[in-house]
Amino acid sequence: MKIGIAGTGGIGSNVALVLVRGGVRRLKLVDFDRVEAGNLNRQFFFYDQIGRTKVDALADNLKRIAPDLQLETIVLRLDEANMAATFHDCDAVVEGLDDHAAKKRLMEALAATGRPIVSASGVAGPDLDGIGTRRLGNGTIIGDFRTDADQALCFAPKVTIVAAMMAHILLEKGGYYERCQLE
Amino acid sequence: MIRVTINGKTESVGAGTIEQLVHDKGLRPEALVVEHNFTIVKQPQWSRIRLSEGDTLELLSFVGGG
Repeated sequence: MKIGIAGTGGIGSNVALVLVRGGVRRLKLVDFDRVEAGNLNRQFFFYDQIGRTKVDALADNLKRIAPDLQLETIVLRLDEANMAATFHDCDAVVEGLDDHAAKKRLMEALAATGRPIVSASGVAGPDLDGIGTRRLGNGTIIGDFRTDADQALCFAPKVTIVAAMMAHILLEKGGYYERCQLE
Repeated sequence: MIRVTINGKTESVGAGTIEQLVHDKGLRPEALVVEHNFTIVKQPQWSRIRLSEGDTLELLSFVGGG
């Protein structure tokens, strides 16, 4: 299964981490941004990677877990015009974009494909109690559905819990749990 | 008025289009995804789909952060 990661920040970098630990070996990483010091409280990057493009830094980090990974990295700001084409060859897509309008546009752009899309809504703030799951069409959305990153800071516990739940959806859909055997 | 199910709850709404429903509820279109009878409807189609008695809708307003 080839999985596209739309945005490799707090959500995308941590979803990719859990997917790779879960056995996924083909990923397409898409983000326009560079690693900043302020990202390190929750995103899967390291101090010595500040200034690098997120997709390249993430690719290096994921390959340290699984050197046999097949990765594509694209430095690109996703918009309505390039979303569908960027992920046309992916079996599933993870939405880890910042902007609420971009989240909506990605879900609409990929709705017709019928392929799974797993998205985040409400990952800011420290409160973990409201985290839930909703399903719309081919989409699964995880978060508290209310706390906007404009109103609250993002912290590692909530961001990584939501990211792990998102990765779990795809590991389950892709049959990755069944492939693991007790030794 | 017609009765439809919105986010799991039965509601009485005006017998108009999805676009009118979004407007009547005061939802921000730029953050909203609409599922109508289990299919996601893109925003440009909202004005073309009229609601019918018994329809099922899911309305999800995204908040930012990723």
